[in-house]
Amino acid sequence: MKKKTAFLTVFFTFLSIVWIYPIVTILLNSLKDTKSITTKDVFNLPTSATFAGLSNYVESVTGMSFLKSFFFSLLISVTSVLLILLCCSMAAWYVVRVNSTIAKIFYYLCIFSMVVPFQMVMFTLATTADRLKLNTPYNICVIYLGFGAGLAVFMFTGFVKSIPLEIEEAAMIDGCSPLQTYFNVLIPILKPTIISTAILETMWVWNDYLLPTLVLDIKKYRTIPMAIQYFRGSYGTVNMGAMMASIMIDIIPIIIMYLVCQRYIIEGVIAGAVKG
Amino acid sequence: MVGKTIKKYWPIFLLPTAAAFCIGFLWPFLWGIYLSFCQFTTVNKVNFVGFSNYAKILADSTFSHAFWLTVLFAVLSSILINVIAFLIALALTKGIRGTNTFRTVFFMPNLIGGIVLGYIWQTLLNGILMSMGQPLLALSAKNGFWGMIILLCWQQIGYMMIIYIAGLSNVPGDLIEAAMVDGANRLQTLFRIKIPMIMSSVTICTFLTLTNGFKMFDQNLSLTGGDPKKATQLLALNIYDTFYARSGPQWKGIGQAKAVVFFLIVVIIALAQLRVTSSREVQQ
Repeated sequence: MKKKTAFLTVFFTFLSIVWIYPIVTILLNSLKDTKSITTKDVFNLPTSATFAGLSNYVESVTGMSFLKSFFFSLLISVTSVLLILLCCSMAAWYVVRVNSTIAKIFYYLCIFSMVVPFQMVMFTLATTADRLKLNTPYNICVIYLGFGAGLAVFMFTGFVKSIPLEIEEAAMIDGCSPLQTYFNVLIPILKPTIISTAILETMWVWNDYLLPTLVLDIKKYRTIPMAIQYFRGSYGTVNMGAMMASIMIDIIPIIIMYLVCQRYIIEGVIAGAVKG
Repeated sequence: MVGKTIKKYWPIFLLPTAAAFCIGFLWPFLWGIYLSFCQFTTVNKVNFVGFSNYAKILADSTFSHAFWLTVLFAVLSSILINVIAFLIALALTKGIRGTNTFRTVFFMPNLIGGIVLGYIWQTLLNGILMSMGQPLLALSAKNGFWGMIILLCWQQIGYMMIIYIAGLSNVPGDLIEAAMVDGANRLQTLFRIKIPMIMSSVTICTFLTLTNGFKMFDQNLSLTGGDPKKATQLLALNIYDTFYARSGPQWKGIGQAKAVVFFLIVVIIALAQLRVTSSREVQQ
């Protein structure tokens, strides 16, 4: 028995190394000078002749205006996720407690929207966003609220249903207005679901490519996925060094965030899967 | 009482989400269905043409190719991901040393976006293919297809593993002990106790992997871009390509019609799934 678990540990250690190997390869290549990153030499370690230090990173940040893309990605993710959390938890509370016909219709439409693939609405959504001038990183969060509402409303209603009505009643009898009840009573109870939903929605918005590509003006605003695709997809010689560095700049914050709040991310995934 | 009080507050609680939902989903959805019956290049010049867009889909050989490729891709990737994820989950619930580290590592690729994943694997797989003397991803449909399978496995095995681990750790220990006492061997406890007890996890994971496989777009775009000659185009990329990469006044309408067909396929999978789940719930 002992021998067998020891074997499994060795086996999984090996598998883990295989698993992170792709990222390590990109990291090593991002440290080589551009000329040495060819398909043939991908697996060669950087040597003193090919080692380029952080110059690829410098080039990626300055040459591709990658910091700007980083800023737009961050801005869009933060505003969208905050808006989704606030509005959808309010809507979910309304839907569960009022339970009118309109509320029910809204709820079922939300569930329905989770099944619809994005290609179904991509053209009309981009046109609508253009017409309403919701096509800058500063207000694209409204579009994200609309398209992301399904999952968030679904997760929040599931949790609000399990909250005993007496708590809210007591707060209201004590003189709380609905808004006070929402902020002082409901939000603290909802905290675990807020964290799970925040994680699921952040993973989606941060990595989303097609929606911002179709809605934003690519010449003015690029998120990180857009910048990488634009950079690589454009014809002519591609600066492979800067490309590798850009990929690392995209991955590193994600990995740090993952290691810091791993527990919440995994719980969020389980909560989302069990309900979804 | 709570319901009555907050009902008056609907402009604060319900309206923002409902309005955004109409802008971001409901209106584009309904409009999209209408446009699938029209010929248009911009939304200002729309001619109603009835079902002719749908008829033209049948004549478009790229669509049927993309359809069957997507079916094959979704089924194959979903089987591979589920089997491997389940085996890893089974091993990682045995309390072996380093379980937490392994779990952390396997889950990590899931957080990386599709576009970036595609370029990571393009670099890596092209390097491997070249050293093996094989044609690169963009030159061989077969290599491109398997590249996408490997990529999706790498991305999603960790996610499904987490769900299976959650399911397996909910199986009561005394149930397994009782089976052991009754003389069941390991394989019997696995197939008679563990797998039936985690059927709900299996259903969720099959559903997620199937729909993810069907809807995959970003990874397809960045890993192969549909090359060579649209031979590795999955449905979502085929629709995108019809919309934005082809010239001619008819293509946008056809693209929208393809999108409606795509939507119906995904709904059918979801409904079939729902039926399977509910029939199982009755049994338990």
